[in-house]
Amino acid sequence: MEELYNGIKLTEELFEKIDYDEKTSEEGGYSNYSYWKSTLRTFFKSKLSIFLVILIVVLMSFSFLYPMFSKVDPNQISLDMDLWNTKSNSANWFGTDGLGRDIWARTWYGTRNSLVIAIVIAIVEVGVGSIVGALWGYVRKLDTIMLELYNIITNIPSTVYLILLSYIMKPSITTIIFALASRGWISEAKFMRNKILSLRENEYNIASQCLGTPVMRIVSKNIIPHLISLIIMEAALTIPYSIGSEVFLGFIGLGLPLDTVTLGNMVNQGRANFMLYPYQMLYPTAVLCLITVSFYLVGNRFADASDPKNHL
Amino acid sequence: MKKYILKRSLQSVVTICLVIFAVFMMLRMMPTSGYFTRDDYLNMTEEMRTVYLKNLGVLDPPLTQFKNFVTKLAQGDLGRSITVYPKLNISTILKEKIGYSAAFGLASMVISMGIGMPMGMLMARKKDKFIDHLGTGYAVIVRSIPSLIYLFLVQVWVSKIFNLPMLFYKNRPESWILPALSLSLSSIAWYAIWLRRFMVDEENREYIKFAKVKGFSQKYIMRKHVLRNAMLPIAIGIPSDLLLIISGSLIIENLYSIPGMGGLLISSIKQMDNNLVQILVLIYSSLSVIGVFLGDLLVVLVDPRIRLSESEG
Repeated sequence: MEELYNGIKLTEELFEKIDYDEKTSEEGGYSNYSYWKSTLRTFFKSKLSIFLVILIVVLMSFSFLYPMFSKVDPNQISLDMDLWNTKSNSANWFGTDGLGRDIWARTWYGTRNSLVIAIVIAIVEVGVGSIVGALWGYVRKLDTIMLELYNIITNIPSTVYLILLSYIMKPSITTIIFALASRGWISEAKFMRNKILSLRENEYNIASQCLGTPVMRIVSKNIIPHLISLIIMEAALTIPYSIGSEVFLGFIGLGLPLDTVTLGNMVNQGRANFMLYPYQMLYPTAVLCLITVSFYLVGNRFADASDPKNHL
Repeated sequence: MKKYILKRSLQSVVTICLVIFAVFMMLRMMPTSGYFTRDDYLNMTEEMRTVYLKNLGVLDPPLTQFKNFVTKLAQGDLGRSITVYPKLNISTILKEKIGYSAAFGLASMVISMGIGMPMGMLMARKKDKFIDHLGTGYAVIVRSIPSLIYLFLVQVWVSKIFNLPMLFYKNRPESWILPALSLSLSSIAWYAIWLRRFMVDEENREYIKFAKVKGFSQKYIMRKHVLRNAMLPIAIGIPSDLLLIISGSLIIENLYSIPGMGGLLISSIKQMDNNLVQILVLIYSSLSVIGVFLGDLLVVLVDPRIRLSESEG
């Protein structure tokens, strides 16, 4: 080992062998850098993000708790004509619809049902997408087949696919979940695959590999944390899309059965009576918009915050 | 470059065939009641229905059906509508419908580029100022709220404010304004947001800093470098948009009762007209494949970086 480095002869006695020490190998240029702490700190730096998260938590917990504690039946039809189409009053905060059903109760039942549907779709879509995407990113042989599959599925316009599946299968909650998740997973998988490929080829990971870090450590310390934040972001962003699709399907007559209380059904039923009783559409719509806008913003802001480039 | 174009065209042809095949196979699962007019369906006995379906060839194995469908398609026969326009040739129906969708689509493309692009440039120039936040807020609303909701509210409220008709009438030009504007609402945001992002990205490049150091005026740099490069990714989407305008917007054509292609798909589904659903779905799918293909070609033609590297390789 006789090499010249800046004119100095490098001899064995200049080097000293040290044992592998996990603690020192963690030390980076910045002291105490933790990916999650920095992500959360960056995310909660903005007041709007804090407000939106609180709003989401309040809306979600209220819509899940309300059906448990309220005694109002959202499907209770009234036979008394005086109780039809009433404006908001102390008994019916959002008024009643054409059959005397309480819109306040229906709005929160609808919010809960729509959120459950949207969350199931998000979990299936992002879950399947991440697992397939991880395989796709690491198994080279899958690449050609998966790319062709991706081309076929994404080349069918999403609305057409949604319409087609709802037309073939009978309109139901399972149909809408299947229709959205069966198309969405492949886009998520492609997204994950691209991210994994680019993360894996990043200079710092290659450097880490050259320094002898075991693959498992690179995966668990450098790749998975990034992916988890991406997964959270993607899941947050599919929720507005799912709720929007439900509204759309209701509009073209392929939505959920009319006796299911969801925000989509309420918007479409309210739309029919809009000229006479605009509030029947506007109240549920306002809640729907609050939910979709806050999920959309939180997803995007979280995406920004999870990028290490924005951590300083 | 020729080699690349040839390769890419072949690839698209394969994709179109696969997409058409996949969609056709999915369509085999359509409810069979959609092959009858309502009266026929009610008047026929179960056996008569089976015989009818057999004569139509709907009970053949899917592959045979696909072969028959393709041979007919090659002869220019699109089949006939069942319930929406009973017994009418689908090609006749389409000829009439495409005009409306294309007219509105073209108008909205002009509007959305005419408003969206200057808006994006303005937002990029006034980055982090009030106007930028305003534009971003608009984009957030348009992208996160289900389009049906704001399109419907525009229809009922804006028509009232400006005293415009709420429905489409062929011979009243003032009734064309709202649908054309509504069609553009989301694409304005699309053009503005992407152009802004690409311009901001481009402005932070080294070569732009170098151009500044060399003393070029801001205007010159913007026009010659930033805008040109920022337009490239947007150009990819233009062929798709152009092709898909004839498909029309499902929601808007239905809201304003415009007799176009989008409204046709909805009514064919509501009235369960299997033949019409099949043709329309296949048209939409093929158009989107062709659009993506043309977008890729366009980029090769306009982007010197890709053009050069492809011709070398």
